[in-house]
Amino acid sequence: MFEPQIVSMIGWGFLETLYMTLVSTLVAYILGLPLGIALVVTDKDGIYPKKYFNMVLGVIINLLRSVPFLILLILVFPITRFVVGTTIGSNATVVPLVIAAAPFIARLVESSLKEVDSGVIEAAESMGASPAQIIWKVMLPEARPSLILGSAIAVTTILSYSAMAGIVAGGGLGDIAIRYGLHRYETDIMIVSVAILVIIVQILQEIGMRLAKIGDKRK
Amino acid sequence: MKNPIIEIENLSKTFKSTNGEVHALDNINLEILEGEIFGIIGMSGAGKSTLVRCINFLEKPTQGTVFFDGNDLSRLTKKELYKIRQSMGMIFQQFNLLMQRDVIGNICFPLEIAGVDKKSARKRAYELLELVGISEKADSYPAQLSGGQCQRVAIARALATNPKVLLCDEATSALDPATTQGVLTLLKDINKRLGITIVVITHEMRVIQDICNRVAIIDHSRIAEVGDVEQIFSNPKTAAAKRLVFPQDQSIRHFSGTRCIRIVFDGNSSFEPVIAGMVLDFRQPVNILFADTKNIDGKAFGQLVIQLPQDDDIANGMIEYLRAKELTVEEVEGYV
Repeated sequence: MFEPQIVSMIGWGFLETLYMTLVSTLVAYILGLPLGIALVVTDKDGIYPKKYFNMVLGVIINLLRSVPFLILLILVFPITRFVVGTTIGSNATVVPLVIAAAPFIARLVESSLKEVDSGVIEAAESMGASPAQIIWKVMLPEARPSLILGSAIAVTTILSYSAMAGIVAGGGLGDIAIRYGLHRYETDIMIVSVAILVIIVQILQEIGMRLAKIGDKRK
Repeated sequence: MKNPIIEIENLSKTFKSTNGEVHALDNINLEILEGEIFGIIGMSGAGKSTLVRCINFLEKPTQGTVFFDGNDLSRLTKKELYKIRQSMGMIFQQFNLLMQRDVIGNICFPLEIAGVDKKSARKRAYELLELVGISEKADSYPAQLSGGQCQRVAIARALATNPKVLLCDEATSALDPATTQGVLTLLKDINKRLGITIVVITHEMRVIQDICNRVAIIDHSRIAEVGDVEQIFSNPKTAAAKRLVFPQDQSIRHFSGTRCIRIVFDGNSSFEPVIAGMVLDFRQPVNILFADTKNIDGKAFGQLVIQLPQDDDIANGMIEYLRAKELTVEEVEGYV
């Protein structure tokens, strides 16, 4: 029904979207996971309370979280140009995606870690565990199912952000949907692109839920 | 004379809340001896959970200090404190097991913290599992176990690093009576076999009665009374102790009678049916108004309030009869 070059364009768009989403998620977790841990650990009820550090960190994360992604995308152009050398294409989109997703992930990680029973942490403290041991051997393993579910939320959110980057020629399926659907009124190409996005979200969400369930020993 | 392993000196703990200061503990002094089972009992809110957390410095005292095995805990660095805590096991009301680790993994946990290699840790874990009597549950996860089994795993875990002291914070309060009995028997058994000192925090008198050698009664953030369990049971001196030993004491006021006496059982006349014998001897009935006696190691402790017959001669005779049996008898007034 489509010409071969259109099909191959959508195929590339699909790969670009996957590439942007997965790379951004990975890098955002490398930043967001320690930030989330820091939020919980330095909380006033945490295992290593640091009142002012916690407050400053919280404010920075809230600031980043409150900037709408489309505006952030344009705001960070100088950083993007510095890191990648250009502001268009999928490599360039990874930069704002990471900056937007890392604080979001920090909050997801924070809420997962706060679910860990404080009694279990107290038990570890009573055995002489250091804060580092409590983080690695108690908090992260005990919160694993919740962390995995959180990562499914993170990856699907990053996917939809990546589609928004199509507005500034960010590459991927979102870019195609905007170029063909919005600018050229070729609605069918837009529908196919969006449909593929929907399917990716469904699959990623399902994988996350199943992984969380398999890893959970509470049932 | 045994040596004290834990010495609590002038310890106070104050929490700051939005409504001002809360004095959870007020000038506590206690010595816990090596190898004994020491009970700390009090109503909820008396401060006993805070006290046990001060013993291993999970809560830092506002004033005073704790000596453990000769070490002043308030003078230790964090690292030294972590090390010391490895010689103090602790179990909890809610067990606090790692839900994502199986039973063996849970018991290995404190050994990992202490830096024991994996192979010896697993070997030790299996030994401990046998000690607490649930070897068959090695590969189960806590969610698959009953409360009693969970507490046994927690005990095995607390014993893994060969601690000198085991702190039990309301360890049986979430268990049913039969399971409680099993866990208490286990605690008594490991105290005998390993010689480990056990500190039991509870609000249940029967726990103290079952396993403790000595007991401290904590009331309104202070120690009200300390002593041998037998002594406190037979002759509680303070109001707080009386409230715990005779919880129903207030109800006596509702009864009426002309002459009433209170008989205190202090463990002397244990297996002899004193009251029945007296009734048979005098061929006169008495009215039992209040009775709360307990059997500890074959000795009777507690008290009885009885209403005597109208006839003064018989009543006086009965009092002499009971005194002859070496029971403490006192006339009580105001129950008319």
